Amino acid sequence: MSFPWANHYNPTNPLMKWMDEKLPLPRLVYNAIGAGYPVPRNLNYFWNFGVLAGFCLVLQIVTGVVLAMHYAPNSTVAFASTEHIMRDVNWGWMLRYAHANGASAFFAVIYVHIFRGFFYGSYKAPREMVWLLGVVIFLLMMATGFMGYVLPWGQMSFWGAKVITGLFGAIPVVGEGLQHWLLGGFAPDDAALNRFFSLHFLLPFVIAGVVILHIWALHIPGSSNPTGVEVKSESDTVPFHPYYTAKDGWGLGVFLIIYCTVVFFMPNQFGHPDNYIPANPLSTPAHIVPEWYFWPFYAILRAFTFDIFFIPAKLMGVMAMFGAILVWFFLPWLDNSPVRSGKYRPMFKWFFGALIVDMAVLFYCGGAPAEEPYVMISQIATAYYFLHFLVLLPLIAAMERPKPLPFSITEAVLGADDAAKLAAKS
Amino acid sequence: MADTTGTADPAHIAGSEGEGVRRRDFINIAAVSAAGVGGITLLYPLISQMAPSKDVLAESSTEIDISKIEPGQAIKAIFRKQPLFVRNLTQVEIAEANAVDISTLRDPQTLDERTVEAEKNKKGKENWLITMGVCTHLGCVPLGAGEGEIKGEFGGYFCPCHGSTYDTAARIRKGPAPKNLEVPVYEFTSDTVVKVG
Ligand code: HEM
Ligand code: FES
Repeated sequence: MSFPWANHYNPTNPLMKWMDEKLPLPRLVYNAIGAGYPVPRNLNYFWNFGVLAGFCLVLQIVTGVVLAMHYAPNSTVAFASTEHIMRDVNWGWMLRYAHANGASAFFAVIYVHIFRGFFYGSYKAPREMVWLLGVVIFLLMMATGFMGYVLPWGQMSFWGAKVITGLFGAIPVVGEGLQHWLLGGFAPDDAALNRFFSLHFLLPFVIAGVVILHIWALHIPGSSNPTGVEVKSESDTVPFHPYYTAKDGWGLGVFLIIYCTVVFFMPNQFGHPDNYIPANPLSTPAHIVPEWYFWPFYAILRAFTFDIFFIPAKLMGVMAMFGAILVWFFLPWLDNSPVRSGKYRPMFKWFFGALIVDMAVLFYCGGAPAEEPYVMISQIATAYYFLHFLVLLPLIAAMERPKPLPFSITEAVLGADDAAKLAAKS
Repeated sequence: MADTTGTADPAHIAGSEGEGVRRRDFINIAAVSAAGVGGITLLYPLISQMAPSKDVLAESSTEIDISKIEPGQAIKAIFRKQPLFVRNLTQVEIAEANAVDISTLRDPQTLDERTVEAEKNKKGKENWLITMGVCTHLGCVPLGAGEGEIKGEFGGYFCPCHGSTYDTAARIRKGPAPKNLEVPVYEFTSDTVVKVG
């Protein structure tokens, strides 16, 4: 699980000794995020985002549990109970804004975390399982975020629920039945609102469980690093505590400044004004948009306006939207370049940049109305998105000539690693 | 299962000789199967509880007074908690709908086929177009029934969500929706009242 030079847990306090014999929980923590976990010495700030994601999850659970003490999941009062939280409950406004913007912060952090993985090849062996569990977490996050947005029962809540459950109606034969089963009715109503509340409460705890597996899987090979070169000797690592606890603490401080600025000075920036209108099943808002973090995928969904062979446009859009995330599951096998880090991959670097631009374009189109030229642009960007993962990545891996890698992390940091070279020779 | 008598010697029951099917295998398979079937049976109510409940399913029909709807006008009503469009077509709109070569349509249907009183399977009133106000793409309410709403380039309905455009017979003409707006079961109970459902 760890490197041979890892510090050993050695409690001196009699109480801690007693505890270690009965339930070695402090030992587990020491070895997982304490001085007993050796971590590459060269991690950059992109490696802060895992801990930030963990912080966001705790933040959402804490604010969510207290909001649930005041919220009522019934279509006649859900909207009013949300306003009751905003106006009457002590500090209710702050808790609600903290939770709503906490979701945005969580997704912002996770996107950086995922793109860190894309660039530094974190998904490659031996960390495939870490990556696969990460994609599962992301899918669970999307489900949780979607159901949470339905709860205030405003116009966007209602129509978002209708459009997204409508996706399942695209599945041939069983689709309509499945949709009615998911909603417990023909349109979103009490049955749907109640089950969404139940699941929105449950899923974050499921996510917490998968995060534990994610970190367990990570701690078997240990963290990767910006060079992508595996740890060779003790001089390549530093103990997690105090080095990375300090660095993560500093990162958390910066994150909190930005987060609090949003919560206290621009709390509705990422929301949609139409969600302050109570749900009305008879009138669709002129322009239904999901929350910003779904925009790239929403653009892919809407890009299919024409049938492909016998597959109807609607089904194509749904498959492409889910496919856009499901391709990530195959990433460790699609990109089989032996070099992990994009830093040493001159060709890959450019295409990584192109993917970011492509995602930005999809993001923009997903938030724009379903009109030309956005539809056509989404179509091109969607095609490029799949081209990147399914065609370009394997091709680049086969064609590219990577730059020479440093011998070790120590060499990359200090310019020379004589000790390790000697050890390697003998 | 050659030896089914209970008098076999203990070594035999323990089945240490390893030939054929042992009594213990049988008990093992039976127990696991019973538990398995029991477990799966338990799933049934857990899954079924999510389906629409009796009150939601309760057959509801809605009666609508159409006497106030002038040619060229439409109303939005509610049928089973979903919007319903009742539209009085003008002669021009009827002619437009009939002029279309249906083989060019995504979901080929004539206006006549879409204005049938399903209960009696008789030809309805050609000018009364009664459809669900639920876009067959992902379920938004299309525009075009309310006063002053845009009707899209084919003069019927336009869905603002992803741009599906329907013609004067509420047939899908453009955009991602796969089907024409659904025509519910209805019947005219008098000249001015239609019963839907
Ligand atoms: C609740 C959400 C998540 C939490 C709390 C979380 C937490 C963490 C933590 C604490 C680390 C170690 C520190 C770091 O390398 O940044 C980590 C590593 C990692 N995560 Fe996540 N993560 C989450 C979601 C995801 C997602 C959605 C993905 C990808 C789809 C992902 C992919 C990875 C990978 C590949 C690593 C290993 C990175 C390396 O060592 O190079 N994670 N995660
Ligand atoms: S729901 Fe009408 S076009 Fe998508």
